[in-house]
Amino acid sequence: MASLRDIKQRKSSIQSTQQITKAMKLVSTVKLQKARTRAEQANPYFNYMYQTVTSMLARSGSLDHPYLKPGSSAKKAVVVISSNRGLAGGYNSNIVKLLSGSELPKEDVKVYAIGRKAMDGLERKGYEITADHSDVMDGPTYGDAIAICKEILDAYSKGEIGEIYLAYTHFKNTVSHVPTLMKLLPVEFDEEEISNADVSIPMNYEPNEEEALDRIIPKYITSLFYGALVEAVASENGARMQAMDSATSNAEEIIGDLTLKYNRARQSNITQELTEIIAGAEAIS
Amino acid sequence: MADGNNLFQLEIITPDRVFYQGEAFMVEFTAEDGDIGVYKNHIPLTTVIAPGILNIKEAQGEKQAALHAGFAQILPEKVTILAEVAEWPDEIDKNRAEEAKKRAEERLQSHAAGIDVARAEAALKKALIRLNIGK
Repeated sequence: MASLRDIKQRKSSIQSTQQITKAMKLVSTVKLQKARTRAEQANPYFNYMYQTVTSMLARSGSLDHPYLKPGSSAKKAVVVISSNRGLAGGYNSNIVKLLSGSELPKEDVKVYAIGRKAMDGLERKGYEITADHSDVMDGPTYGDAIAICKEILDAYSKGEIGEIYLAYTHFKNTVSHVPTLMKLLPVEFDEEEISNADVSIPMNYEPNEEEALDRIIPKYITSLFYGALVEAVASENGARMQAMDSATSNAEEIIGDLTLKYNRARQSNITQELTEIIAGAEAIS
Repeated sequence: MADGNNLFQLEIITPDRVFYQGEAFMVEFTAEDGDIGVYKNHIPLTTVIAPGILNIKEAQGEKQAALHAGFAQILPEKVTILAEVAEWPDEIDKNRAEEAKKRAEERLQSHAAGIDVARAEAALKKALIRLNIGK
């Protein structure tokens, strides 16, 4: 049995760890609330954007536009959104697993990383990291989304990449976050959604249809992108909150265990001392 | 003039909030091809927005805001503006706009190589709109 001193030391070290995890949990709870409000505020914009673009495509039928058909290059750009900090449970490794488990061949993937953790993970697995925009994750703004989108769309129009994907963690609710791989370009829509869209009113476009599409689709992608960024921040904090919560309760359990062990050891020490004293007294008399 | 019959639904949405939601009698903004004013029963139109001043005429009065980028979907009964940036006059930081204006002007005048003229012009225009409306 471990000595009293060892048990005591172990207990106090776990207690200080518990204090840290408790504090981290509180911090991420507050951050989660903020991030969730932001994600919810971004929602109407995205929904309208989606509706508008679907109805545009529904009306225009099969337009011959570069954004609507795959590019000639076999390279696929994947924007990977993760976090800059760890201690968030499986949040970052799930994103890495999502990409390595997907059908995209490793050689063709160019990673645009937002968030250091998944970038390091993917680099170790041998993925090509093209760009690193990890600082964005500290507080994503719409301007950031515009800048990154522009960079990727430029590469797309130059023919350097043929397809664009987005890997992020979808924030379903506080306890459920789903790693999601989504295709951004060429734009693909649910056939059903398109046939359901309201086409009764003929729509005019200004300047012309093609140019309007040219302007609006990048905006649509930027909005998807921004939505993914704010959702990822919410997911990150949600994941961290959960991880820290279970860490705190694990610590609680271990501390309980150790307290029991400590008391037992103390008692057996006393018993042993007593036996020794009594045995000594008997030997003298 | 502005009775209940000629009001239409107007919604202005930006990525971080619902900027405006209500009934308007007329809305005016700058499109790619110039300023346009929309009343009720406009023909359906989707147009791309250029930086400019947004004017909303409602039953109770008039509102102004700066509108920088985005697009508008106009239907006879409803107008939806998806704006990337929109600001009410009291949200504009005048000092910042003034600085941005100076910076853009300097850049345009310097004629140095490696200057993105189009970008500087766009920045200048945005700053001017902000200053104009923030007065």
